[in-house]
Amino acid sequence: MKQFKRTIVIGASSGIGRALAEQLLAGGASVALVGRNREAMDQVRAKASLGAAHVYQHDVMHYSEVPALFQQIAHDLGGLDLIIYNSGVMPTVDEHEYSFEKDREMIEINVLGAIAWLDEAAKRFEQTKSGTIVGISSIAGDRGRRGNPAYGTSKAALTTFLEAFRNRLSQFGVKVVTIKPGFIDTEMVRGKPGLFWLISPERAASIILQAAHRGKSTVYVPGRWRFVSLILRCIPSFIFRHLPV
Amino acid sequence: MIGPIGLTGRIGLIRTTNIVGHSTLPVDHLEPLKGWGGAVASAAYVFRPSTVEQLREAFQVARETGRTITLRGAGRSYGDAALGRENVAIDFTRMNRILEWDPTNGIITCEPGVTIAQLWRYVIEDGYWPPVVPGTMFVTLGGALGMNLHGKNNFKAGPIGDHVLSFDFLSAAGDEHHINRETEADLFYSIIGSFGMFGCFTRITLKMKRVYSGDLDVKVFECANLSELFKLYDKQLPESDYLVGWIDAFASGAGFGRSIVHQANYLAAGVDPTPTQSLRAEHQDLPDTILGLMPKSIMWIFLRPFTNALGMKFVNWAKFVSSRISPKKQLRQAHAAFAFLLDYVPNWKKSYGHGGLIQFQSFVPKESAEQVFHKQIERCQAEKLVPYLAVFKRHRLDGFLMTHAVDGYSLALDFKVTRKNREKLWKLTEKLNAIVLAAGGRFYMAKDATLTPEAFRQYLGDETLARFRELKKRFDPEGILESELSRRLLPARD
Repeated sequence: MKQFKRTIVIGASSGIGRALAEQLLAGGASVALVGRNREAMDQVRAKASLGAAHVYQHDVMHYSEVPALFQQIAHDLGGLDLIIYNSGVMPTVDEHEYSFEKDREMIEINVLGAIAWLDEAAKRFEQTKSGTIVGISSIAGDRGRRGNPAYGTSKAALTTFLEAFRNRLSQFGVKVVTIKPGFIDTEMVRGKPGLFWLISPERAASIILQAAHRGKSTVYVPGRWRFVSLILRCIPSFIFRHLPV
Repeated sequence: MIGPIGLTGRIGLIRTTNIVGHSTLPVDHLEPLKGWGGAVASAAYVFRPSTVEQLREAFQVARETGRTITLRGAGRSYGDAALGRENVAIDFTRMNRILEWDPTNGIITCEPGVTIAQLWRYVIEDGYWPPVVPGTMFVTLGGALGMNLHGKNNFKAGPIGDHVLSFDFLSAAGDEHHINRETEADLFYSIIGSFGMFGCFTRITLKMKRVYSGDLDVKVFECANLSELFKLYDKQLPESDYLVGWIDAFASGAGFGRSIVHQANYLAAGVDPTPTQSLRAEHQDLPDTILGLMPKSIMWIFLRPFTNALGMKFVNWAKFVSSRISPKKQLRQAHAAFAFLLDYVPNWKKSYGHGGLIQFQSFVPKESAEQVFHKQIERCQAEKLVPYLAVFKRHRLDGFLMTHAVDGYSLALDFKVTRKNREKLWKLTEKLNAIVLAAGGRFYMAKDATLTPEAFRQYLGDETLARFRELKKRFDPEGILESELSRRLLPARD
């Protein structure tokens, strides 16, 4: 199992990202917390009794900052073993709403932000011939569901991007892990209708880190969503369009 | 434009956040680096200048990007002396030209990236050999001077610095100096051996040793125990040019410290009937195969099953017994075959596995050496961390500021590192350090991976460290030169 001593968590202010950062710190790792909410990340740093937390305030839509910031973080950490891209948004979209603003934001944060950060990581890991990349995608990317078209699209894009990276980087000994959570009890989904099998961000973070340690390819969180996804993917399109999912 | 070191088109200064205030380094220069033993690793942005001009440009790149610099020769230091971490590493292997050679007096001038292998190949047919060589021919001269390395003739020839006549030196601050041994003795004896903390050697002039044959007269002795080994050294030392001992660190009881000693002497003029032949470079070349059959490049694969405590116990035993029963106690051996044992089996260190190895070498005054080495081996055996290889040498004092030498002996212990034993091994070296320090012993930066700042201070002494810091401030006022070793041993002071 891989040991991660120097790690970056992007989107570490809340939810799964925060739980990931806390668990990595508890394991004694040096963690760079990257996110918009400095105060929330400072709280994580203040609470950490083990490990070393470094806080970087950053908006993932500021793509041009990424190369220099990434290099600075690697310098501050003294290297890099693991990067987790967790930033993501899922605004509420009504059944008949077609908002370009909302859709663009989802694509920019969920996809372009990931590409900006993970491109830097890939360049580095290809050179150093080691490293693990974890992308938090979603089961929502497995089919084009009617509820939130752009969100599903962004996660499908991220899943494909991560798969392509895995195919590119495996020859250099780099692991790329795609995480597909179901419903996690975070701000993103809280209060939304039709939630079930809800798990805590802490439980999700624990599963994700275990998958990263083991260098898995694609992991559903929790695992039972794999079967749901399989069923969903088997349903023919002419039937799927009539389902309320 | 800095084309040849690959900076054309580098990303410009990015100041879009309050976190980042420097331009980025070119990612294609990022390389994973390891200490030669493979037990310590990091990544750094490696630049390989081929001229002093490019060397200066690499310094400039580091300044522009707010990074420190690590100087690196061939990366043959066992530990972390040539490792940088996320900084700029300047690798000198392309500054490898021999600039002047005068076969009438044996004086040669080289760039710092010239290796010992290049050196002996260049001079041997004129009847010369490098006066001091380590166990591998692949170190660079710059690295050799940075560590002031020694060979199996240290008791007679001193370290390599004793054979340098002068050098050109580019300080970290950017000043160029020509340092002559006679006229700038203080700087000469302070800069050599300063493990790359003051600046870079850019041109080195040294005197080669005159030899009258490409062969050495070698004698082999066996000692039944440690005490016999010391007695043999006392007896053989006056009539030896080289002397090196190998100890079976696994042996206990009456055979504790049993060993094999190789003594080698230069041949006097007229002794070798065919010096023209033996002084050819081809005569020195190490064979590519074992018994003319197996390529040596794959030998490490066959060593791997034996690279564990049980296997190595057997190998050490077999080595001693086979030497004892061998009737061949005197032989003629080429200089390279005798000197470069570490090169004999290419990639042998791979047999140690992913964790690599560390070498713990300590230098102890002659009065207490036997007792200290006895305690060290005993401690290793008690902790069940027995070194797979133990090498014994005699040394003499020298005049260098950061010297590792003593009028006494050294024992180099090779330990296999695994994830499981790493912590215990590092603790063991602390215990071994304490034994050495109590006896007034010293350590060697080319080998070290485990020393603590306090042990470093204790063996060098406050006065030496103060002088070192004074020179560091003079030549490197920004503190731009550092290595993982210096970060470990010289933590920043308040």
